[in-house]
Amino acid sequence: MSRSEVLVDADWVEAHIDDPTVVIVEVDEDTSAYEKNHIKNAVRIDWKTDLQDPVRRDFVDQAGFEALLSAKGIANDNTVVLYGGNNNWFASYAYWYFKLYGHDAVKLLDGGRKKWELDARELVDEVPVRATTSYHAKAQDASIRAFRDDVVAAIGAQNLVDVRSPDEFSGKLLAPAHLPQEQSQRPGHVPSARNIPWSKNANDDGTFKSDDELKELYADEQVDLAKDTIAYCRIGERSALTWFVLHELLGVHNVKNYDGSWTEYGSLVGVPIELGTN
Amino acid sequence: MAKETIIQGSVTRDGEPVSGYVRLLDGGGEFTAEVPTSATGQFRFFAAPGTWTLRALVPGATVDRTVVAQQGAAAEVAIAV
Repeated sequence: MSRSEVLVDADWVEAHIDDPTVVIVEVDEDTSAYEKNHIKNAVRIDWKTDLQDPVRRDFVDQAGFEALLSAKGIANDNTVVLYGGNNNWFASYAYWYFKLYGHDAVKLLDGGRKKWELDARELVDEVPVRATTSYHAKAQDASIRAFRDDVVAAIGAQNLVDVRSPDEFSGKLLAPAHLPQEQSQRPGHVPSARNIPWSKNANDDGTFKSDDELKELYADEQVDLAKDTIAYCRIGERSALTWFVLHELLGVHNVKNYDGSWTEYGSLVGVPIELGTN
Repeated sequence: MAKETIIQGSVTRDGEPVSGYVRLLDGGGEFTAEVPTSATGQFRFFAAPGTWTLRALVPGATVDRTVVAQQGAAAEVAIAV
């Protein structure tokens, strides 16, 4: 996997904006951002109502993902380009879903919505109409998703990368100050995890750092990428960005995203927790 | 308010609000939070007491401002770009 296969820049998107085989999809933490305006011909996926099971804590299942993409007018042979706010946190999370359900032709817009806005590129309020499709998803690819038992087994044995802010990692905060809604019972981090905040992967404008800078970052933080790796955060969206960096940009095999993340781990009975900084 | 430590302000160009983003960086220059400015150019962070850097990112410009935040008070920062 190389950078050009998984990441496109804004010029590429502008050149393909009317290409019917390319579907541009906006995914935001603030799900109302799309209503204000969006890239021309972009459809919206709501990370909460579209991608989560409405009752239990889990993803939409395979049939649910098929129904969602069919309704959005996304076909199996379409190239999907994801972008969003918050430096592509939720777009990365959606990217991981597309890969989980076997959609190969999916890419991220480098820099997401912020870079597009800072470049003063065109945003519209017109909502495109796409004919529905009959999308077929594959079974979930378990090789990129970690569960709680995988995390416990990885303590001291594999790389655990905690991508939250230093204050969340050390146990000072349960959640970023602007996101108070989902919390764990206990603060802290998984023992042996390295704290490498997601923001270290990105430039100020939201674009990803170069491959060399990224390799240096993980080497400096003593992450031996020859070992298996699990990334986690609070609910799995910031760590999807780190998963994208390691698995998709740097081509590291066996990197999993733990979507249960701290809201699950920090509420488990009996598992070890560490406080403090690295 | 008594318990909170607020950093807030506005981003303007020639006196007019600008839409863009404001990042909050800690004393070590590390990213802490980022918000888009409101339609009137306003931003607000709930922070902790100490010295912070605000970095306004708007089309064509990036401007940094240092701010000292105190508990129970709102630090007001007007950023002209």
